[in-house]
Amino acid sequence: MSDPTHLSLAEARDALKSKKLSAVELTQAHIGAIEKSRALNCFITETPELALAQARESDARIARGEARPLEGLPLGIKDLYCTKGVRTTAASRILDDFTPTYESTVSANLLGDGAVTLGKLNLDEFAMGSSNETSAFGPVVSPWRRAGDPDAKIVPGGSSGGSSAAVAAHLCLGATATDTGGSIRQPAAFTGAVGVKPTYGRCSRWGIVAFASSLDQAGPITRTVRDAAIMLKSMAGHDPKDTTSVDALVPDYEAAVGASVKGRRIGVPKEYRIDGMSAEIAALWDRGAAWLKDAGAEIVEISLPHTRYALPTYYIIAPAEASSNLARYDGVRYGRREQGRDVIDMYEKTRAAGFGPEVRRRIMIGTYVLSAGYYDAYYVRAQKVRSLIKRDFDEAFASGVDAVLTPATPSTAFAQGEKGAADPVEMYLNDVFTVTVNMAGLPGVAVPGGLAANGLPLSLQLIGKPFDEETLFSLAAAIEAAAPKIEFPQPWWREG
Amino acid sequence: MSVDSATVRRIAHLSRIAIEDSEVERLRGELNAILAFVETLSEVDVDGVEPLTSALPMQMKKRVDVVTDGGIADEILANAPIREDHYFVVPKVVE
Repeated sequence: MSDPTHLSLAEARDALKSKKLSAVELTQAHIGAIEKSRALNCFITETPELALAQARESDARIARGEARPLEGLPLGIKDLYCTKGVRTTAASRILDDFTPTYESTVSANLLGDGAVTLGKLNLDEFAMGSSNETSAFGPVVSPWRRAGDPDAKIVPGGSSGGSSAAVAAHLCLGATATDTGGSIRQPAAFTGAVGVKPTYGRCSRWGIVAFASSLDQAGPITRTVRDAAIMLKSMAGHDPKDTTSVDALVPDYEAAVGASVKGRRIGVPKEYRIDGMSAEIAALWDRGAAWLKDAGAEIVEISLPHTRYALPTYYIIAPAEASSNLARYDGVRYGRREQGRDVIDMYEKTRAAGFGPEVRRRIMIGTYVLSAGYYDAYYVRAQKVRSLIKRDFDEAFASGVDAVLTPATPSTAFAQGEKGAADPVEMYLNDVFTVTVNMAGLPGVAVPGGLAANGLPLSLQLIGKPFDEETLFSLAAAIEAAAPKIEFPQPWWREG
Repeated sequence: MSVDSATVRRIAHLSRIAIEDSEVERLRGELNAILAFVETLSEVDVDGVEPLTSALPMQMKKRVDVVTDGGIADEILANAPIREDHYFVVPKVVE
């Protein structure tokens, strides 16, 4: 076999099953690729010995005819998932050398299905960012480069930037990610990958470092729609340890890939045609609609009138929840501690030294909107607007729409340092198309739609009804089949 | 609404984040930029609208009130920056 890192997850699964390849060979190929790709800074912690031990166990199982659904398949784990015995940082200094004594439910599900784990992937600190530039472990470099501009370091999106870059650079077959306002879909979009944010409650949040608990959801980033379906099947499911996880059967998502989309009604929301939308993004959107129409779907215009309020609503609700969730980092039970003259001084110095600027900013905004005198004006009002945003989707689905099609991002990826330096809001605008989905708790998928004139990937987003990820997999597969095939970049970054 | 420098200091203290005097002006600008961005919500008519507290309508599941865990003091303390026996150690709180 030439280079096993170039197999899709589904192809690798089949190669292992037919014994054309061993799990140890597949794992060693990925470990080798990771060692030569440190210039991209995808991993915060590499776990090659652990991965090889898992791969040997997988080979033994395959030999005994006891292969599990993900047996021997090497994956990367976003460093927001707690992993037993492996340092977990959330890309923050405040967690220091925190080494969980337990495994998150989703990563435990993957391990239970036989996956091999290569290490912990870089991200924006506490998943707060859209470019992976807020990581305390340095930014991730995308394997993609702008046409005619090889020196500019392109961002892989965020917060799951290590996940998206590692998948696009063939350092793992797939990666776990999390999405609070777009953190799976936007990085997938920036790197030509497929990213799925499932319905709120589909995956357990237990053991995943909390950012905004009413919005956070786990999901996969992969190179194909089929691979995402395979991964999500293993990640999803009810967990008694997360009361918001839903006790419902997890369907065979892979069976939905390739299913007919004939007669499906696809809503195109007019409010997403925002002021200043680039001609290239508008044309991508039209092409996406045409591809689905050619596959037999019906395209209808819909209205989601509160779309423009989604991002401002998010920037009240998410920081409010974050300020509460991040109160636990106090230098007492785990993580870093700075000495102080008393306990309050110790808290304040610890948190000032441990949190980066974006995290500090969001905790302060969250504290302000929850504080006496401002709670009703900001927080309660935002929760009411959130009801209206959700109602817009409820009404669209009630009118007979099966899914909604939009662009995934307002632009292609940008270079490090290009956005948000002077005004944090400039960076926040990246999530303008994705954040409504978290507000309404819906499933969403980002699927590549070809390349822009600058050589960087373009991406479409499909939004589905609650717990109807299957329809999204069918529609995303139809787009994947019709769109120009993404050729991931040649490894210009490799050393040695 | 916008915040003044005294409010920035108050929020920082409520947040238990130490700030230097030299940071106050910059933080005030950043916080006000975000507050200006969210100001647009004041134009939405929310009369009679219930606040959304759960993304999807679901009954909070309750489990039987029994001990399901325990006896793992060593694990709980494993990551403590300073500990003594089975205790977390903090600066003196009561004089």
